[in-house]
Amino acid sequence: MSFPLLTATAALPALGAIATAAVPAAQRVAAKWLALLVSLGTLVLAAVTLVRFDPDGDRYQLTESHAWIKEFGVRYELGVDGIAVALIALTALLIPFVILAGWHDADPHETGSRRWRPTQGFFALILAVEAMVIISFEATDVFLFYIFFEAMLIPMYFLIGGFGDKAHEHGDEVAATQRTYAAVKFLLYNLVGGLIMLAAVIGLYVVAGNFSLQEIVEARANGSLHMATNTERWLFLGFFFAFAVKAPLWPLHTWLPNAMGEATAPVAVLITAVVDKVGTFAMLRFCLQLFPEASKWATPVILVLALISIIYGALLAVGQRDIKRLVAYASISHFGFIILGIFAMTSQGQSGATLYMVNHGISTAALMLVAGFLISRRGSRLIADYGGVQKVAPVLAGTFLIGGLATLSLPGLAPFVSEFLVLVGTFTRYPAVGIIATLGIVLAALYTLVLYQRTMTGPVKAEVAEMPDLRVRELLVVAPLIALLIFLGVYPKPVTDIVNPAVQQTMSDVHQKDPKPEVEAAK
Amino acid sequence: MSATAVHSLWTTAADPISKIDAPKIEYGQLSPTLIVIGAAIVGVLIEALVPRKSRYYAQVFVSVVALAAAFAAVVALAAGGYGTTKAHIAAMGAIAVDGPSLFLQGTILLAGILGVFTFAERRLDPEVHGNRVDSFAAQAASVPGSDSEKAAVKAGFTTTEVFPLLLFAIGGMLVFPSANDLLTLFVALEVFSLPLYLLCAVARRKRLMSQEAAVKYFLLGAFASAITLFGIALLYGYAGSVSYATIAQVVDGTITNVDPALAGTMGNDALLLIGAAMVVMGLLFKVGAVPFHMWTPDVYQGAPTPVTGFMAAATKVAAFGALLRLLYVVLPGLRWDWRPVMWAVAIVTMLGGAIVAITQTDIKRLLAYSSIAHAGFILAGVIATSPDGVSSVLFYLGAYSFVTIGAFAVVTLVRDAGGEATHLSKWAGLGRRSPLVAAVFAVFLLAFAGIPLTSGFAGKFAVFKAAAEGGAGALVVVGVISSAIAAFFYIRVIVLMFFSEPRPEGPTVAVPSPLTMTAIAVGVAVTLVLGVAPQYFLDLAGQAGVFVR
Repeated sequence: MSFPLLTATAALPALGAIATAAVPAAQRVAAKWLALLVSLGTLVLAAVTLVRFDPDGDRYQLTESHAWIKEFGVRYELGVDGIAVALIALTALLIPFVILAGWHDADPHETGSRRWRPTQGFFALILAVEAMVIISFEATDVFLFYIFFEAMLIPMYFLIGGFGDKAHEHGDEVAATQRTYAAVKFLLYNLVGGLIMLAAVIGLYVVAGNFSLQEIVEARANGSLHMATNTERWLFLGFFFAFAVKAPLWPLHTWLPNAMGEATAPVAVLITAVVDKVGTFAMLRFCLQLFPEASKWATPVILVLALISIIYGALLAVGQRDIKRLVAYASISHFGFIILGIFAMTSQGQSGATLYMVNHGISTAALMLVAGFLISRRGSRLIADYGGVQKVAPVLAGTFLIGGLATLSLPGLAPFVSEFLVLVGTFTRYPAVGIIATLGIVLAALYTLVLYQRTMTGPVKAEVAEMPDLRVRELLVVAPLIALLIFLGVYPKPVTDIVNPAVQQTMSDVHQKDPKPEVEAAK
Repeated sequence: MSATAVHSLWTTAADPISKIDAPKIEYGQLSPTLIVIGAAIVGVLIEALVPRKSRYYAQVFVSVVALAAAFAAVVALAAGGYGTTKAHIAAMGAIAVDGPSLFLQGTILLAGILGVFTFAERRLDPEVHGNRVDSFAAQAASVPGSDSEKAAVKAGFTTTEVFPLLLFAIGGMLVFPSANDLLTLFVALEVFSLPLYLLCAVARRKRLMSQEAAVKYFLLGAFASAITLFGIALLYGYAGSVSYATIAQVVDGTITNVDPALAGTMGNDALLLIGAAMVVMGLLFKVGAVPFHMWTPDVYQGAPTPVTGFMAAATKVAAFGALLRLLYVVLPGLRWDWRPVMWAVAIVTMLGGAIVAITQTDIKRLLAYSSIAHAGFILAGVIATSPDGVSSVLFYLGAYSFVTIGAFAVVTLVRDAGGEATHLSKWAGLGRRSPLVAAVFAVFLLAFAGIPLTSGFAGKFAVFKAAAEGGAGALVVVGVISSAIAAFFYIRVIVLMFFSEPRPEGPTVAVPSPLTMTAIAVGVAVTLVLGVAPQYFLDLAGQAGVFVR
């Protein structure tokens, strides 16, 4: 038997989480280093996975399959296609930066019991989330996926509710209340989504008799498994609802600004750049493949919701007074683009959407982490509290600008390629939708540039006059991310090469072909 | 009179009777029950004969050994194939020895052992007059606050009678799910209920509340018993027999040899429907299903917490076992009549328990309402009317009882000057003071909420799957919605423990003896093992899913 690479990639951070949590209370720094090393080790394993993956090979590679719960027809089945491999790489790549950026976020600022070890807990929870996200990208068994899709809520919930920005403009008491509210809102929204999906998962089992993605897709393709139209639609809705909450899609998005606003910047990155990707990924892998007819049936409504997300998220981002909430609404707008790309049902759209997931992860991480460094210096999330930062901290301002420009999809930076692909893919099938979606780009320019202008330019505010520039640790976080943004902006081929075959497969599962370009014959 | 004459008189008188065979009792197959009841009687003798100082140790020793021996007997019977191929009806048709019986008896016995551990805990309260004390009153008969109570406390009396009472209750519970005629069912019901009423009344602290709880439980329980008994009488009128097999035959219309004297009244459907409804009602009372749940919160709150934990776990197991057998063995022919009613009961139980729990401010009451919601989930599996339904219910009951005992054992640890600090506001910030205890309790709450990777999820999935396959898809949807509602209040407790600032005058967490620690550790271990690797136990429950008829 070959080395179970996929299991190892998920198991390493899981074991690392346990080890980190077990570090004695006095050894806080050791816990941090341990977590960082584990996340780097995971990155190595993810890189090996990426190298071993053959884009032109089988659809699911590096597969593992073991009996698990026979009574439920559940198998421990792992396998990656190009989309999964790209997202695993993204996850493994971002976690070390998240850990490094949150290096001091969980230092205890009060003494609790001897056993109270917030620092160990913080880093252990991050690794636990990483493990669960990676295994849900790998799972090709619906039940296995569901378990980790749901279970990852718990560590996420503790990360949001248990750790917040040290200084808060309304004082600690209000901060704690708002944080608890945000954590509970996050958990309840996602739990409700997950439980509705549970009903659909059970329904799927009753119809199909097992949980294996490949078997069900195959059985549907060769006609041995027939699903009544209505059954398929209900099951699709059950699955889609959970993914739309997670993604998040308007009107199920309202937990995201709270969660991202109240969590520390690294945790906010974890939410939007890593965990939410499971939602959009699952739409591609489960909704489209398991329920192709219902997906086509629901496409018009989903496209409209995605459009609303794009425009509504961008408009609300323009109106935000709070930097982190602004990034959250910008993310909602971007998730609209991703979902648009998935359901446009063209190969450019879906390749673009997958690429978008990767690029959005990197660009939001860059912007949000720099914003976090900024906020930790001033102790306020309000845009109005800043001004003229570029004169005191030019490097910080510069990196913030690049992160912002990436968010507004400036050509030359990675998100441009993916946004362009999504728009082209949408336009070839639904021109009107494509045109409206373009408005989102205009608004994106507005909110990022206004944010930059208000915080970084203008006269130097007294409170920011003493602001130190980025430290070495912070530069170590930001510089690689920016380098990656530029690299993928100029040369996205490595990612698209991996992703494209998988997208073609998904397209054929939903029996879709790209519309032929029509040229009016010359008269 | 000569010896010969006496002998001939004796034989002459006995002659007509000698045609009745001596009852054939399969002692080996009934050994789990016999061991436990025997130990209970030994326990009573210990109370009478052993010096007061040594009673506690003798009682704990006898109880643990008896329960372990009974569990070993269950395992031996199961290994001997009595759960599957050799399943049959023992004791002249009174007791069924089959898969569900043995599975549930094993669960009850394990819960009983953990129950004894929590009963025997004597390190939580500070010593009184140099004597270690447990959760039970020094002298249950003395009036609360009276001089005789003070004297009893000073003398260091303890109510060691709780151990034989517990054993009697367990003995009744072992028979209850395996009873194969209605009279045995009723006797078992009383044998396990009466000791429980008593146990509820003997709390050391908040004695009035405890006694109030016991009186409520007793009165409502007596009503339920009376209703059950009346239902049994009606069913006898209908079928001319109390035997499960005969009633089932009459329901199906396949009965062959009818007693001519009874033929006139037999087969009256009114008797059947009303009688069956009344017996089922009595059982629904015991499982705490809405609308027969009124006693649950008060009793759970007032009873000494170790008793609550044991009762919540084991009563539910025994009563669901009896309900399953009644519905699957006696009344399958009546399925189209009871299914709609049980649908309604399951729906109101799930929703009612979950919704009312939201407003609770006492942790024991909260767990009481949560147990009601869980009864609803289990009913969804009962309604499936398939072997899968049976095994899913068995699995759920097993998983649930360990979570419950563990959770209530944690409740006994969180204390302030007035004893256990059960008001939720006092649990604020527990995660800061004692991260380990709070984390353990959080695991139990997540299992109650049915979060994946805990036993609660595996159980919930099993019953919902069985229900969906049995055509009760709507119940699954309601179940999912009430799970979401229920998740809210479990999460609220977690928020309180981990995200709230500790109060300065907050409770302390007592360091328990290895007894309670074992109970909690076993609870956590079972919760996680059944969550991550449930296949072995699902397999076991699957093999045990067939009733002998």
